[in-house]
Amino acid sequence: MTIYLLKRLLIGIATLVVASLVVFLMLEVVPGDPARLMLGMNASDAQVELLREQMGLNQPLALRYLDWASGLLQLDFGKSYTYSVPVIDLIRERLVVSFPLAVIALTLSTLIAIPVGLFAAARRGKAGDTAAMAVAQVGVAMPNFWFALLLVYVFAVWLRLVPAGGFPGWGNGIWPALKALILPALALALPQAAILARVTRAALIEVLNEDYIRTARAKGMPMRAVMWRHALRNAMIPVLTIMGLQFAFLLAGTIIIENVFYLPGLGRLVFQAITQRDLIVVESVVMLLVAAVVLVNLAVDLSYALVDPRLRARQ
Amino acid sequence: MKQWKTILAAAALALASSTAAMAARTDLVLGMPLEPPHLDPTAGAAAAIDEVFYANVFEGLTRIGSRGEVLPDLAESWTISDDGKTYTFKLRSGVKFHDGSDFDATDVKFSLDRARGESSVNAQKGLFAPVDTVEVVDPTTVKVTLKNPLGSFLYNLGWGDAVIVAPESADTNKEKPVGTGPFKFQNWAKGSSITLVKTDGYWGDPVALDKAEFRIIPDAAAAIPALLSGDVQALPNFALGDALAQVKADPRFKVVIGTTEGETVLSTNNKKPPFDNLKVRQAIAHALDRKALIDGATGGLGTPIGSHFAPHNAAYVDLTGTYPHDIAKAKKLLKEAGLADGFKATLKLPPVGYARQGGEIVASQMREIGIDLQIIPVEWADWLKQAFTDKDYDLSIVSHTEPNDIDIYARKDYYFNYDNPAFNKVIDELNLTSDEAKRTELYKQAQKILADDAVNGFLFELPKVGIWDAKVEGLWENSPIQANDLTKVKWVD
Repeated sequence: MTIYLLKRLLIGIATLVVASLVVFLMLEVVPGDPARLMLGMNASDAQVELLREQMGLNQPLALRYLDWASGLLQLDFGKSYTYSVPVIDLIRERLVVSFPLAVIALTLSTLIAIPVGLFAAARRGKAGDTAAMAVAQVGVAMPNFWFALLLVYVFAVWLRLVPAGGFPGWGNGIWPALKALILPALALALPQAAILARVTRAALIEVLNEDYIRTARAKGMPMRAVMWRHALRNAMIPVLTIMGLQFAFLLAGTIIIENVFYLPGLGRLVFQAITQRDLIVVESVVMLLVAAVVLVNLAVDLSYALVDPRLRARQ
Repeated sequence: MKQWKTILAAAALALASSTAAMAARTDLVLGMPLEPPHLDPTAGAAAAIDEVFYANVFEGLTRIGSRGEVLPDLAESWTISDDGKTYTFKLRSGVKFHDGSDFDATDVKFSLDRARGESSVNAQKGLFAPVDTVEVVDPTTVKVTLKNPLGSFLYNLGWGDAVIVAPESADTNKEKPVGTGPFKFQNWAKGSSITLVKTDGYWGDPVALDKAEFRIIPDAAAAIPALLSGDVQALPNFALGDALAQVKADPRFKVVIGTTEGETVLSTNNKKPPFDNLKVRQAIAHALDRKALIDGATGGLGTPIGSHFAPHNAAYVDLTGTYPHDIAKAKKLLKEAGLADGFKATLKLPPVGYARQGGEIVASQMREIGIDLQIIPVEWADWLKQAFTDKDYDLSIVSHTEPNDIDIYARKDYYFNYDNPAFNKVIDELNLTSDEAKRTELYKQAQKILADDAVNGFLFELPKVGIWDAKVEGLWENSPIQANDLTKVKWVD
């Protein structure tokens, strides 16, 4: 168990180091000068040069990488070129939106997907299964920005139950902030739930063919109990893997939904930083996301051990 | 008796609540597509900074009004010496910055010296280049001496880049702007909104709004539902595209189409063959169908232009007839240039709707005379590097949004690669002239030269598409300068 974990940890650290190099070098190749972008078309070249100097863009490449990487180790992400505030502050401001949003969306999607998966698997091949999977198929195929706009028109424009977008901040009370996150979370959760339900169903059906399920049924255990106690637990590994991937995606891959609801989330920060060539912000956020993916994967590996005692026992 | 009391009380209550309902709203939420990178108009070119802070939070010696006219602002009056070189400004007294400190002549000197100083990163530093000295005569008098007379100096002082800042707060204006205007900065929730509130004890006419919030809505598809749901009450300048049709017929809103200072041109690399040949440029001009372009790229809202000048300007001449749409003529000119079979070139397009949509149409119009354009979409940063800085382009489509910027054609090494001594002479003369009638004449000459030379394909003036609640009054119809002036905005019933 310890060796298993140590191995995972080492792989994680190696991933981070390689990612930092790749991210840094890749963004260096992207054409475009943040200084020229800030000063616009009316500024002279000399002025742009002056601003580059002030931004520290004229230092050699290796030096800038070491500067940045050693900063990362001390959790000092440097200062944004365009905003000229510490990058960590920018990320923190966005995380208070993106993190709760991802958590709510994932919770919603799990709460929908697992019961639907169970329902469908238990009725494999019957009308209920077909109907549930047809709905899931629509959920997978539906573009999420379109679904988001539909939600906006129904709940914000027509019923006026929630705001059409924006985020009031947690400082103005928990309820207004939650209200602003409901629709985006729903728009994010449903397509994810559709995928997760299909995965859950497939994993369950595979498990239901196992001998021990037949044994459990043969000894007179009711179907419901078999489902919960034996089948679901054994089917959890693929489900957890997908959930881990989904969480990482929900944290920053939600730029489209953030645009529809004009939420100040991480995805939009990255998008804005890329267009403004605020490279240090892009680099730092990407690194943070790599770290998040590594951590989530570690957590998923750990949870395998939790749901599957065989992994725990293997030394 | 008791019943009477109840009725009276109810009536009183009804009256009270109805007067409360009648008191007009004093808050406004405006949607804007781009977020300012920081909040200091003297340290960046981003239009979004001025769109929040110009005239609302920051003020200059002069300011530009809704029709593009120069108005006194922090300077209540001025005198100009006979040689046109010395400007003496009489400043308003009793003006305070939002941090409570007093405004006086030293702040003016500080601001102007800072903007033109060696370490200045002012995006329009060129505006201040003609300034020789700035002297404080007394706390309410400033004398500015120019190196040479400059007719547009008072106008230049009205730019957002020339606003007056205080030495104590200049370095922190990017995060916490401190100005002298009728609104003061309250809060910037990055990625989300910027909130301004009314300044108590403002020196000028009090404003009707207590609070104004600029909300960042990057997507037109999101802006419309925000407006329909009442979350946002005004989209003063938003490229809504097809979404406009959705609200146009709705009586709850006013749709106002105005003009801007954005001359949209088919930028042409004048030094790169075959575009260095006047006949080729003329052929392109003849092949362009402005009507189709305006319909396709701006929903029919743009105004055709024949040179680099805004149609709402008093000195504008309509030169759209210089090279009328004429395919046969265009083909003939290409033949004379020795390119009867046409040629291949690239068209680099920045990521804005008018350019990307306009580009497709331009390419198909050029195909009619045998010019085969390869469309290359680029990001802004990329465009600025490739086309603007390195001049590595053949054709491009860009709106030049700076006001009164015909002088860019006289700039050395500007990305059009245009160099015409006759034109430069007109601009030099313009800079030395303050007489309005003479300036108008010179502006007309300048426009004519550019049109005849077919320097760029002159396409259309970018429209300002504004839409707001029908009960909101006082927002600008046109955009003579990048601004959302809220000083006259109010709710009416």
